[in-house]
Amino acid sequence: MNIDVLFGVIQIILIATTPLVFAAIGELVTEKTGVLNLGVEGMMLVGAVSAFVTLVITGSYILAFLVSILSGILMSGLFAYLVLILMSNQVATGLALTIFGIGLSSMIGKPYIGTPITGLNPYFFVILSFIIVFLVSYFFYKTKLGLIFRAVGESHDSSHALGYSVVKIRLLGILFGGSMCALAGSYMSICYAPMWQENMTAGRGWIALALVVFATWKPGRILIGAYIFGGVSILQMNLQAWGLNFPGQFFNMAPYLATMIVLIIISSNRLRIKLSAPASLTIPFFKGR
Amino acid sequence: MINILPEFKARGNPSTLMNFLVPIIAVILTIFTGSVIFVLMGFKPTFALYTFFISPISNSYGISELLVKATPLALIAVGLAFCFKNNLYNIGAEGQLTMGAVFGGGIGIFFHDTSGFWVLPLMIVGGAIGGALWGMIPAILKVKFNTNEILTSLMLVYIALLILDYLVVGPWKDPYGYSFPKTRSFGESGRMPLLFQGLRVHFGIIIALAAVFASWFIFSKTMLGYQLKVTGFSPTASKYAGFNQNNLIYIAFIFSGAFAGIAGLGEVSGPIGLLYRDISPNYGFTAIIVAFLGRLNPIGIIFASLVIALTYLGAEDAQLFMQIPAAVGFVFQGLVLFFLLGTELLVNYKISFRSKL
Repeated sequence: MNIDVLFGVIQIILIATTPLVFAAIGELVTEKTGVLNLGVEGMMLVGAVSAFVTLVITGSYILAFLVSILSGILMSGLFAYLVLILMSNQVATGLALTIFGIGLSSMIGKPYIGTPITGLNPYFFVILSFIIVFLVSYFFYKTKLGLIFRAVGESHDSSHALGYSVVKIRLLGILFGGSMCALAGSYMSICYAPMWQENMTAGRGWIALALVVFATWKPGRILIGAYIFGGVSILQMNLQAWGLNFPGQFFNMAPYLATMIVLIIISSNRLRIKLSAPASLTIPFFKGR
Repeated sequence: MINILPEFKARGNPSTLMNFLVPIIAVILTIFTGSVIFVLMGFKPTFALYTFFISPISNSYGISELLVKATPLALIAVGLAFCFKNNLYNIGAEGQLTMGAVFGGGIGIFFHDTSGFWVLPLMIVGGAIGGALWGMIPAILKVKFNTNEILTSLMLVYIALLILDYLVVGPWKDPYGYSFPKTRSFGESGRMPLLFQGLRVHFGIIIALAAVFASWFIFSKTMLGYQLKVTGFSPTASKYAGFNQNNLIYIAFIFSGAFAGIAGLGEVSGPIGLLYRDISPNYGFTAIIVAFLGRLNPIGIIFASLVIALTYLGAEDAQLFMQIPAAVGFVFQGLVLFFLLGTELLVNYKISFRSKL
């Protein structure tokens, strides 16, 4: 392999992995506050389609990203209202959000399939993804508000007793997660593809969820996990291009198998998983119970 | 300002009336919201609702199609009820369905030129075993390694779909199928018998009804059902009562996986007759909605499966006659679950509204 090919592969890996980083870091913040949102895939799709449609109609890239992030806030706001105010089951509500998002994005995007747009240079977003991971890490471990966020995820009753508004902090965590998922989606439809296609995120939302566990809820490790996954999937495409006759399906299984293995490793020691996972994850908060 | 922030007052006992009414309220709210969406898209609501909910089932063919779609949904959902009652979030039914289709379908391919009354029963058993084995993986991992079953069961969906994909483009590819990613067809003995001439509704519906009845019996008349219920309400009480927690996890996943596996086999040996890539239009995930909408009650699940099956048919008709994508069905499925989850707390709480956080 000569050096040009190597650089080409690295470029492709960077561009392909960035949406995973955005979505996973957003979901990590949500989960750190003690809420599991399984709606990542749905929010990514709605984010992708709203950015694309806005760009086609207005021609403005900035407006496209703003509308996309607004759509992420609306979608995750709907989720927040159900789980935080109406105390619904988080697992089921997240699934509903994904199913709803798949349907809604397909409906909105139908007239725009095949519409050509000029794609945006992805490297700005590649760099932005690294910056956001750094900022999230800084926020959680170096600022007081970050500490409060983590405290709410660990024990909402203690945080409430200390006078912090559990609902407000969880709302912020959920909305940040929604905006990041929408950003991941809009990056895919405007920079990565660049086009709109039904279900274009193709399961990346679920991989992002797995990445949060893989990273044991540590922001920096999101990058490591995402790049291992991104690298493996690109490697698989290249192996086929180089004529290696190994069924691609087994390579595609790698991220899912790896996630399961990591889950087993971090969970088998009950103390370690207790230290890693936010202790209140998926537990609803009833004020005054 | 509209007061959207409710205040809860716990009821002494869960309201039986609300338990029954909540799914109905959810369906009514969904239809109402759906009409608003149709109006916004510029359709006459009466025409749109007729196209979506009435015209698909206005003839015997439509009713048969409704039952064909409701069969796997009810079967999977009633299996999921075993897990959900025990607070085990098995969201991997799609994978268990796929492995059921692979195991049972594999038998069908092996015996494609053999005829005998035993071929189909063998395939059904194979489907149940395939689904149950796939369902056992998250259960074993949970018991032995304390892993979260939500994530493991979900990861296994993608692995199962890739295994099916590998088989239909690789070793099991139809030797006479040109380059299409599909296997050869099962023999006549490997097909679910049709119940009526010319309609697609097949023997699978009898299996589904039997499974629903058996589950109703287990839930309401046996010690196992009682143990599942107690564990779901209060794990601590269940431990003190001396129920074997690990066995309950295994049993819930075995039932859930086996039912999903049979549903998968029913799909491939019923309407399709061979294995290919997209054997299920998300039945495994949609069945989660069915299970919740049916309040984890086998009888409720029958009604819920019919309602959700109608969203599939309605979406197909909406695509044909209103030129809107069939994905509108997913919008309705998402909405009905949102409304159900949002109104669910009416069962245990009285609500009054206030305006301050």
